[in-house]
Amino acid sequence: MAVSKDKIRNFSIIAHIDHGKSTLADRLLELTKSVALRDMTEQILDDMDLERERGITIKAHAVKLDYTAEDGEIYELNLIDTPGHVDFNYEVSRSLAACEGAVLVVDSTQGIEAQTLANTYLALDHDLEIVPVINKIDLPSAMPDEVAKEVEDVIGLDCSDAPRVSAKTGLNVEQVLEKIVTAIPAPKGDDSLPLRALIFDSVYDSYRGVIVYVRVMDGKIKAGDTMLMMQTGARFTVVEVGYMRAQSMEPASELCAGEVGYITASIKTVRDANVGDTVTLATNPAPEPLPGYRKVLPMVFCGVYPADGNDYEALRDALEKLRLNDAALSFDPETSGVLGFGFRCGFLGLLHLEIIQERLEREYDLDLVTTIPSVIYKIHMTDGTVVEIDNPTHYPNPANIDYCEEPFTNAHIYSPSEYVGTIMDLCQSRRGVFKGMDYITKDRVDIFYELPLNEIIYDFFDSLKSRTRGYASFDYEICDYRRSNLVKLDVLLNGDIIDALSFIIHSDMAYAKARKIAEKLKDNIPRQMFEIPVQVAIGGKVIARETIKAMRKDVLAKCYGGDITRKKKLLEKQKEGKKRMRSFGSVEVPQEAFMAVLKLDDN
Amino acid sequence: MAKGLYIHIPFCGSKCPYCDFFSIRPTDELIEKYTLSVCKALKNVPYEFDTVYFGGGTPSQLGADNICRILEEARVEAKAEITVECNPSDCCEENSFDFSALSKSGVNRISLGLQSGIDTERKALGRRAGVKEAEAAINRAKKAGIDNITLDLMLGVPGQTADTLKESVNFCVSSGAKHISAYILKTEEGTYYYKNRDKLNLPDEDACADLYLECCELIERSGMRQYEISNFAYPGFESRHNLKYWHCEEYLGIGPAAHSFIDGKRFYYPRDIDSFMNGCAPVNDGDGGDFEEYAMLALRLTEGLSDKKTRERYGFGIPKKIFDRAEKLTDIGLLNIDSGRIYLTKKGFLVSNSVITELLT
Repeated sequence: MAVSKDKIRNFSIIAHIDHGKSTLADRLLELTKSVALRDMTEQILDDMDLERERGITIKAHAVKLDYTAEDGEIYELNLIDTPGHVDFNYEVSRSLAACEGAVLVVDSTQGIEAQTLANTYLALDHDLEIVPVINKIDLPSAMPDEVAKEVEDVIGLDCSDAPRVSAKTGLNVEQVLEKIVTAIPAPKGDDSLPLRALIFDSVYDSYRGVIVYVRVMDGKIKAGDTMLMMQTGARFTVVEVGYMRAQSMEPASELCAGEVGYITASIKTVRDANVGDTVTLATNPAPEPLPGYRKVLPMVFCGVYPADGNDYEALRDALEKLRLNDAALSFDPETSGVLGFGFRCGFLGLLHLEIIQERLEREYDLDLVTTIPSVIYKIHMTDGTVVEIDNPTHYPNPANIDYCEEPFTNAHIYSPSEYVGTIMDLCQSRRGVFKGMDYITKDRVDIFYELPLNEIIYDFFDSLKSRTRGYASFDYEICDYRRSNLVKLDVLLNGDIIDALSFIIHSDMAYAKARKIAEKLKDNIPRQMFEIPVQVAIGGKVIARETIKAMRKDVLAKCYGGDITRKKKLLEKQKEGKKRMRSFGSVEVPQEAFMAVLKLDDN
Repeated sequence: MAKGLYIHIPFCGSKCPYCDFFSIRPTDELIEKYTLSVCKALKNVPYEFDTVYFGGGTPSQLGADNICRILEEARVEAKAEITVECNPSDCCEENSFDFSALSKSGVNRISLGLQSGIDTERKALGRRAGVKEAEAAINRAKKAGIDNITLDLMLGVPGQTADTLKESVNFCVSSGAKHISAYILKTEEGTYYYKNRDKLNLPDEDACADLYLECCELIERSGMRQYEISNFAYPGFESRHNLKYWHCEEYLGIGPAAHSFIDGKRFYYPRDIDSFMNGCAPVNDGDGGDFEEYAMLALRLTEGLSDKKTRERYGFGIPKKIFDRAEKLTDIGLLNIDSGRIYLTKKGFLVSNSVITELLT
């Protein structure tokens, strides 16, 4: 039985990474007895291995909690989880669109961080009621008063009665539930209007097809209805509707306006259930769809190739499945002279890229080679046309280029003030333009830089973390394209260009980068039977070179009666090893060498 | 056709720090039981042998009398080459190991584990006896009428230099040895050397390669000729037994971990002395003797892989693709092709695993 609308609360939890969002969610599940204690594993909402290992939430999840409030009434709380990382603003945005309120968790030992602000502004954009919560007050270094004041000063939220909790120990967490009931408004919406339900997430289930997660804004939906996707026009007969519980799906007779739940309808193709689309009923369609999400385009591109060419189809299937749950992922077939057939994939950022790559390898058991990430460059040709390229292979002949433009970002770095010097050095070395610096408190600063996106996508975040012992946080958004002096670097092994290793870079950085790449290749390509020159060139001009010396010793000195089968096995192993190498002309390069070049860092 | 016979003696007085071979410390009782087991295993063997090789382990630990007893059980041709491996420390003293008895039983070749002509290097290799003892052992063998003597040398020993290597080679040549085996030391997993490889001052890849090339040159200056990756001899003194392995010919191996190749089948006794002495049968190790195996072994020899001999043995010649691949490696000096024969150079021997893989993949 659906509860009355004024007893429903739909909310998200937003926080900077590591501020305790998932732990708080776990406590809420416990307090509402949504999960039997014996089934509690840590961070139950993060059910992908990767999420638990990295301590981040990648995908939005939702769960319905039943809470008996102090007023004696039972409330239906729908918690819609959001990812914390800057790469996933898009997913945050779509989760927030399904809510009326958001719980903002701030770590009382850290204070406001980059993503605290970014996510808060997103929530305010969606007109959400924000409930601040000061977390980790059990730690000796907690400064709840200071942090509460920081939140008031910087964000302008009243923190006078903000719950001060320890999600870890459970201290005061019940105050959060009460605050959700009292501060967050009940959903509006009219059951009698034509159905409009927002798809905020979907998962593929091999038995039921696509399971669509929706927030019903108006109207009702039940099994047997013919649903209509307003964007794609696809129609399906609803098989089941229900609520998401922490550990199961709970079928319901219908979903009404204001509620959060799931729909299954034997939806087979992923493109028929786009996240952000509006579900209505074919018999009584709504005149207008709900406003769609802010369309987010992939910003970082790289080639993804199967290590074994036979896995091309498997890779395509895996990418299709991932795209089902990840609207921000794009891919198109491409071919490389050395890597064969693969896909040009677009990602929100480098973390997104790494996560997709790891999921492909872990969940789909694929062995991959990825090329150096690239951003989208705008190349203005001498004939007045503009070419956009995200793949260095398509870089035109420099003689025909008038000028190039690259994307720039507005970047904010939040850090203890003692690291200002090293952060500015880093940004300066990445061609950053200093725009300003604000003291949030007397020893914490917000440093504002304009940084070229292609300087951020390699290893900026790692460098920032290591320079500030993990204390700095970072957020960015694309601002504009700017004219820039770019060149294309080519890598040559034994005289042959390795197309998969080419990339575009600012000319000031070219020499240093070229030297580093040459060194990395030299260190990671095993010695072979002949000497291999490694060269990095701009056009025909070699700007860095190294030499991989010829292998001197690879011999089985003793081979008598008992050694022959051993030698045969060794031969088979070496043959197998040869197959795993990528042949570049006469040179064989192991995958590790590729990865080493792709992961160029400052160390 | 007569076959080769290999008798494995899995006894050692002490374990050398670089060695991962199967061996145990013998007792009189064990020696007797083992001798009887080998004799029993040979009893109904229907083959004739034209080479016999007692290897180990340390065959000299078995005692000359027991080696003679074993020889009596095998059908050995009159002109057979019969080799016994010896540890100098077992046979340097008067009235120790009885070379005369061996000689009378037909043993005509002695292989001595010299390893190095420098006492400090021998010590680093865990060898008990010094160079003087080795010299004494050689002289005792010669006195007993066995002058076909081969010495083992080790390359890449901790602290080894071009100069100490020269001294070792000079010792071998002046001792009157007819044959030298020079092995590049490989640190096998599970050995003391492997565990301590970072502390041992072992020559690196380049230094080992240089030592090898230097060694080949030094030995050949004496008039010996290299005939296999690690083997050198005066003409006519090449090891007939070992050539059977590299020519992919038949041999029977007796003893734990000893391998055999007969009638196109490879098989071996498990690496366990008790199961051998209890009469456990050999284990199948699959088919052997196909062209790939033949080529892999032939390419270890200076004579190399011959199109003509391949044709005689298999009815087809060396496949064209192998010639094509070989052609590319001639330019970088790893092998030569000469009238239908592919043979590796010394530089090629050093990287022979890669060369053979390249040719056969």
